[in-house]
Amino acid sequence: MSTVAAERAVQPGEPTPLPSLLPGAPGSPVWRVLRAARPVGARLGLAALLGALAIGCSVALLATSAFLISKASLQPPILHLQVAIVMVRAFGIGRGVFRYAERVVGHDAAFRSLTDLRIAVYDRLAIIAPSGLGAYRSGDLLNRLVADVDSMLDLYLRVALPYAAALLVGAGSVLLLATVVPAAGIALAAALLIGGLVVPALTLRLTERTQRKVAPAMGQLTAETVTLVDGAAELIALGQAQDALDRIRRTDSELTAISGRAVVSGGVGAALGVLAQGGAVIAAVIFGTQAVTSGELDGVMLALVVLVPLAAYEAVQVLPASVIVFARVREAARRICAVIDAPDYTPDPDPVRPLPDPVPAGEFVVADFTAGWRPGDWVCEPVSFRCAPGESVALVAPSGVGKSTVGLGLADMVPVAGDERYGDVDLCDVGGDDVRRVVELVQQDAHLFDTTIAENVRLARRSATDAEIETVLADLGLGDWVAGLPEGIQTRVGRFGRAVSGGQRQRIAIARGLVAQAPVLIADEPTEHLDPENSAAVMAALRRHCANRVLVLITHDRAEADRCDRTVPVRSARG
Amino acid sequence: MKPLDPRLMRWARATRVFLITTILAGVITTAAIIVQAMLLATVITQVFQDHASLEQIWPQVMWLAGVVVVRALLAYVVEWSAFHSSARAKSQLRMAVLDHVVALGPEYLDSRRSGELAQLTGRGIDALDSYFARYLPQLVLAVMVPVAIIAVVITEDLLAAVIIALTIPLIPIFMILVGLYTRRQVDRQWRTLGILSGHFLDVVAGLPTLKAFGRARAQAQTLRDIGDRYRRTTMGVLRVSFLSALVLELLATLSVAIVAVSIGLRLVNGTLDLYTGLFVLILAPEAYLPLRMVGAQFHASADGIAAAEQLLDILDTPVPAHDALTEIPAKDAPFSVTLSAVSVVYPDRPVPALADVTFRAAPGRVTALAGHSGAGKSTALRVILGFVAPEPGTVRLQGAAGDDWTPATATRDSWLEQIGWLPQDPVMLAGSVADNILLGRPSAGIADVRIAARRAGLDPETLSQIVGEGGSGVSAGQRRRIGLARVLLRDAPVVLLDEPSAALDEETESLVVQAVAGLRDKGRTVVVVAHRRALLDMADEVIHLAAPDPDDLTAPAEQSVSLPGLGR
Repeated sequence: MSTVAAERAVQPGEPTPLPSLLPGAPGSPVWRVLRAARPVGARLGLAALLGALAIGCSVALLATSAFLISKASLQPPILHLQVAIVMVRAFGIGRGVFRYAERVVGHDAAFRSLTDLRIAVYDRLAIIAPSGLGAYRSGDLLNRLVADVDSMLDLYLRVALPYAAALLVGAGSVLLLATVVPAAGIALAAALLIGGLVVPALTLRLTERTQRKVAPAMGQLTAETVTLVDGAAELIALGQAQDALDRIRRTDSELTAISGRAVVSGGVGAALGVLAQGGAVIAAVIFGTQAVTSGELDGVMLALVVLVPLAAYEAVQVLPASVIVFARVREAARRICAVIDAPDYTPDPDPVRPLPDPVPAGEFVVADFTAGWRPGDWVCEPVSFRCAPGESVALVAPSGVGKSTVGLGLADMVPVAGDERYGDVDLCDVGGDDVRRVVELVQQDAHLFDTTIAENVRLARRSATDAEIETVLADLGLGDWVAGLPEGIQTRVGRFGRAVSGGQRQRIAIARGLVAQAPVLIADEPTEHLDPENSAAVMAALRRHCANRVLVLITHDRAEADRCDRTVPVRSARG
Repeated sequence: MKPLDPRLMRWARATRVFLITTILAGVITTAAIIVQAMLLATVITQVFQDHASLEQIWPQVMWLAGVVVVRALLAYVVEWSAFHSSARAKSQLRMAVLDHVVALGPEYLDSRRSGELAQLTGRGIDALDSYFARYLPQLVLAVMVPVAIIAVVITEDLLAAVIIALTIPLIPIFMILVGLYTRRQVDRQWRTLGILSGHFLDVVAGLPTLKAFGRARAQAQTLRDIGDRYRRTTMGVLRVSFLSALVLELLATLSVAIVAVSIGLRLVNGTLDLYTGLFVLILAPEAYLPLRMVGAQFHASADGIAAAEQLLDILDTPVPAHDALTEIPAKDAPFSVTLSAVSVVYPDRPVPALADVTFRAAPGRVTALAGHSGAGKSTALRVILGFVAPEPGTVRLQGAAGDDWTPATATRDSWLEQIGWLPQDPVMLAGSVADNILLGRPSAGIADVRIAARRAGLDPETLSQIVGEGGSGVSAGQRRRIGLARVLLRDAPVVLLDEPSAALDEETESLVVQAVAGLRDKGRTVVVVAHRRALLDMADEVIHLAAPDPDDLTAPAEQSVSLPGLGR
């Protein structure tokens, strides 16, 4: 699937159509996600109605059958039974048909809403990334966020729809019964409330309690397994693999013991459900018999009165399973909303100055400039430098000082303090996207998308031709490698660029910076992990392509820095 | 995905007591439901036809209450035994897989991702809960319950029994037919769902990059286009695959309707009495219920079955035979390491990782492996460890007494005991820094740990610092120093160091160089993978490994041997 090729222009600043998913919108997370389904509200409503009709059909099937049989036992002329017979058959067919329609309509609506939700989350992430992402910068958490968004499908299909259908069927059955024998109707209402609220609440509490106890043990088990698998070679070499396995075995039995203790209340919930249903049936027998004896109820209706509770309980039978899903998606919704509500640490200035087009060439001037992941939490002492087109400047410091953060700051992707100008343009006055039109950043951990080499490079400039891209890659020492690939630059790099080696990945990312035509290029450790020969090729290519551009090199390598026109030491702000 | 995987059934055996309990509870529940139907039919008939009063039917009402209580108890028992049946089977499967994975060794694990395996053996196995606890017993009940109900109905109303007996088999038949028709498409569709989330993940993970190049906002429309396209194709498949549920629901409810109408018509004719009619009507839906639940529970177990299939595939991977029985005698004697014409070709890579490499690393000397990234330096170490079998070529350990071992003649444990290895990313277990260093030689005393730590450039103050599982709380540089300390503590005759000075500053690097020199002075055989000058300069011998030319797979590795440097 081409990720980058198929994109279309979208007006910048287009408002998200889902107000409940704007940062800081009121309401609980689940409620906000549910309200985000408003565009498909009619479809979801229809699905709920169809679901209610499906269950309603089985209640009606048993009710009309009971009436038919009772009536038939009085041996009336067969003509009097025709209506009941037709109804029985219709309800017999209706259930399957309505259920089918419900599932089709419901899934369609849920998928539509999921797309909206994805885009809302993406839009927000696009604004706050990377500084607002916080912990989500790590791959595992990002994976979870994506899974969380996917799990909202269950919120619609397995929580909202079953509850809505149960409500409709429950109310309908209670009303039907109450008009015939009021007391039996009340008993049914009580049973449905127990089955639909009390039992699920018990189940929910059990699930939460188990989760609270199980989650740490499960987390430990996962961590120990990851360590075992990642470190297996070394653990085996050290003769420690069996010990590591025994550790996991202990965690596993602990996990089993913890979950075992919580199972008791699950059984109580199930038992309570059976008692509620049975109670409603027995109540219907007692009150129905009284009504028949007293003459308030025609005896022919008694079977109906007794059998409706038996069938109606089906409406709430799936709800305990729904609340387990609910417990899961509620957490997922909370995490989604936490990401949406994360503060934007790099808001555009107000008012935003437009960027002149074209940007007149000038000097890149940085004064008293520092950056950090949070405003005020600066990673380094302020730096100042100026650099004219065709010149290069090196920001030098040992690893761990936060040079990369300064690079992100220069591209307006993390909070900054100080001045940054290009020629006559004060970059502090223009919007973030415009800053990045002037200042191109090649990150050290740049992401390769799961598409072709060419598309990954072309990301930097849509108009780059295949020939241009091939030239740039050859400049970076990848010419032979690309030529050796059966599909050349049309070769896919795999998910996260896993199909290519680390060094190749790095240079494909650098190729983007060379293809882009922004007047200022920041290269963050472009030669880290490369052997001397390839390092030289990369540096030569950077210099050649920056003949008329400003090159800012971020490096810990003194020798490389010394070859720049000037060097700027970066000192840690934390002493 | 098979309804009944015989491989998975093996694991159900461990838990058969609980499975049988669940099934037994299900059978007794069915009996209770039959009694309940009799009681309800009796009560209704007596009140409606015989005008009985509440007092007259009171005994039946009490019985009814008793039946409900029994059913409630059974529901509790089912939950209880369901938990135990799944817990035991899951636990056994989990540990069997991990045991097997370790037995398969690094050769196998290199090709797997740890997160995936942890997910499979953790939450993945958890998804098997409903398979063992509910699906398997339900499968048995789905056969037993309809048979029991038909048997009871036959005694009362032959025609209704025939209708039920004819329609019930239709349900699995139609479901299999629809399932066969849709399975391939559904499988494909789930893969598409994977691709879709994969795409979303790809775009979100790459957001900083997209943003740097001003392309972040444009991707929103791509997400919508792909989402819409996915929804349309998915709905196309779902519309067909939902048909199997439609068939099931339709047959189950329509059959009840047919039974009801036939009863009604025969009541009018007077060929059937009211009691029988009501009894059969109440019981008929119960005959179809277990089958409907099988479908639902199979669906609920789908995730678990998918996970289980991957786990069972792991279990079916044969363990490479290590049939050597001779142990290298445990004595602190020097060994030289010799690689003779070693080539290594990984099955999934077209280019050999090592091509025709020959060298000898002698005791008391430092042999450095140099070369481009991808030239096979780490692979060479893994060959020495015996984790990668060369094809062709041999690796041998030769002692001073003329003893000569290969991975084929020595047991793996005794082979590995001769070797200390610092991998690029040393493993960190939860515990203190000292605990982690002790992994090198668990029997060592704290004094030895301190010495090793100091020589590896670790501040002895940090020995009590707590390391989180997987190394959280310690920096990459610190991890390498802990790994080095571990190797120093192990003090094995052969020492393999994979880029020991990477990610270290110059000051620490000089400590590493000193540590390596110390190993040489002790007469250890040191093989070190090195990029940086400091280590290459101090090596007695530098082996240059060249990445094999993809066009000429037989080209021998370029090798040059430099003379030992004089300055130490």
